[in-house]
Amino acid sequence: MNASTTLIYDGSFNGFLTAVFVAFDEKINVADIQRNGQCQNGLFSDTETIFTHVEKAKRVWNGIKGKSHNAISNVYFAFLSETEGVEMMLYTYIQKLMRTQTGKYLDYSDGTVLHISQLARKVGREKHRMEAFVRFQLTKDNIYFANIEPDFDVLPLISKHFRDRYADQQWLIYDVKRKYGIYYNLDHVEMVSLNLREVHFNKIHKSDAFLSEEYDYQTLWNDYFKSTGIKSRINPKLHTQHVPKRYWKYLSEKKAS
Amino acid sequence: MDFDRIREKLNILADAAKYDVSCASSGSDRTNTNKGLGNASHMGICHSYTEDGRCISLLKILLTNHCIFDCAYCVTRKSNDVKRAAFKIQEVVDLTINFYRRNYIEGLFLSSGIFKIADYTMERLVAVAKKLREEENFNGYIHLKSIPGASDELMYEAGLYADHLSVNIEVPTISGLKLLAPDKKHEDFTKPMLKVKNEIVRFQTERKIIKSTPKYAPAGQSTQMIVGASGETDKDIMYSATYYYKTYQMKRVYYSGYVPVADDTRLPAIGSQVPMLRENRLYQTDWLLRFYGFAVNEILSKEHPNLDMDVDPKLSWALRNLYHFPVDVNAADKRLLARIPGIGMQSVEKIIKARKFRRLNWDHLKKIGVALNRAQYFMVCDSRHWERRDLDAEKIKGMILQTSSGKFRNQYSNQLSLFN
Repeated sequence: MNASTTLIYDGSFNGFLTAVFVAFDEKINVADIQRNGQCQNGLFSDTETIFTHVEKAKRVWNGIKGKSHNAISNVYFAFLSETEGVEMMLYTYIQKLMRTQTGKYLDYSDGTVLHISQLARKVGREKHRMEAFVRFQLTKDNIYFANIEPDFDVLPLISKHFRDRYADQQWLIYDVKRKYGIYYNLDHVEMVSLNLREVHFNKIHKSDAFLSEEYDYQTLWNDYFKSTGIKSRINPKLHTQHVPKRYWKYLSEKKAS
Repeated sequence: MDFDRIREKLNILADAAKYDVSCASSGSDRTNTNKGLGNASHMGICHSYTEDGRCISLLKILLTNHCIFDCAYCVTRKSNDVKRAAFKIQEVVDLTINFYRRNYIEGLFLSSGIFKIADYTMERLVAVAKKLREEENFNGYIHLKSIPGASDELMYEAGLYADHLSVNIEVPTISGLKLLAPDKKHEDFTKPMLKVKNEIVRFQTERKIIKSTPKYAPAGQSTQMIVGASGETDKDIMYSATYYYKTYQMKRVYYSGYVPVADDTRLPAIGSQVPMLRENRLYQTDWLLRFYGFAVNEILSKEHPNLDMDVDPKLSWALRNLYHFPVDVNAADKRLLARIPGIGMQSVEKIIKARKFRRLNWDHLKKIGVALNRAQYFMVCDSRHWERRDLDAEKIKGMILQTSSGKFRNQYSNQLSLFN
């Protein structure tokens, strides 16, 4: 019997794809795929550390994409959910996908397939929410700055949207939870990490990092938010369903005043 | 910027615009050109939600709330004693751009009260859109109101700058219109609608031949009807909605439960409840017509001029047409699957894809997301268990109502509560 092996990768998406490549290439009987630093050894399995190799990752990426465009986005989105054990589930998913002729693997009565597609949807929803809930504040250095704290690691997914839309302004979106951000310098988007002294959520205290004009527009937006609601139809439950409370901290219109 | 003055105007003019329900920012494919500002997101984005749960995706304001008309249902009617204000064109442009840059909104929804004459007002609206597009290089979403009675030339120009145009028909019947808005003629509403529809058709055909044909209202046009103001039936509303969908190729018809804003004997009194449940049922019907392949006369007819309040329109249709059921989910075609109560279009797609691999049973359907509490009485699947009793419609309805709860239940429940 082939002894099973636990693969350890560096936590990046390319690292994960490399692990998949190695597993297929060396016909490894995979016990689990775990990210570096979170590994738990199985009793009866060996471990092997995978070194990220972009070329190998690319081959897996293209292989899945060749089967189905839908599948590659499902894999990427589900991976960004950072759910525990998602790697192994994705590995099973990729195995199943590769076995099919056409790549039309849409058997929603299969647990793995349904679960991956549901995870991908969840991440997709969070991506969409972040495209909606980012609130830029104009700093004195003329950069539109926003803090976010998304449930999943969606920064790589939203960068294209913001680059296309705000092509003529410098902007920076910083993920407070994962401690990195994306910055657009009027030419391209780059990843940055900052040493933030304070997190800029929607507090009443005015920070001197921002222009006073910035606070005027926030007031106008707050007013607009209030006057556009219809009192006789008020429905707090529906409101929080659409705008869950965990996002309120960064929404200027939810500022207590 | 005179902050205080702008603030006051914004409060007045946003407050007056809030009864327009459309907030769609979807359907347009405008891209960002020459490193300008903004683009349109095809699926639309709701940036926030009001406390009554409606989406905020556009800066929805009136250019002015001065109006020469005296429509009974409208808060800005001439005879109403409210504060009046008017924005300058540049002020609207500045507000839009600054809100947009902060990612508050998808674009602008500009409507207006009618000052002087229709064309004069329409000209102002077009000027705002033009300024945004040409001077600010703004490619976000613009929704303009077509002012009833505006000329064809202006409607043509409006469509060149706007993504979405709309005229609110407000009162679904012509007799109601005569009663509530005696100054307005039905033709005033339909004239700009027809022009916009013709231009959209022209644009779509020309586009096929010349790729660079300038865009004309790529997100289409829509209209809105007030529900519960003039004593109309659901049948009146849905038949007239169907007419607008067909004749003017509307993207959407919106239904707006009437919020009493005036003491007028022709209308429900101030303080009476907004018919939200009815509004919800009308939207459900609208969806059945547009996505589920229902015809309007299947749901509403002379015998059933109003929708049931206690069950949704699809279930109500199924109960009246029990001879179609039970449907076998492993064999039925898409059209029939979509008619089973408790199965939505997303589940239909999933079922069709999944059943190629194996015959589906209750467990599969539950995981896919079918509402089995309703669906179980109308279908069979790969299982020995299914509803074998020959139940009549009343019985099924009773059982479904007993095993489910609805957010509007307290509004129509006739069960007496014990401690009241």
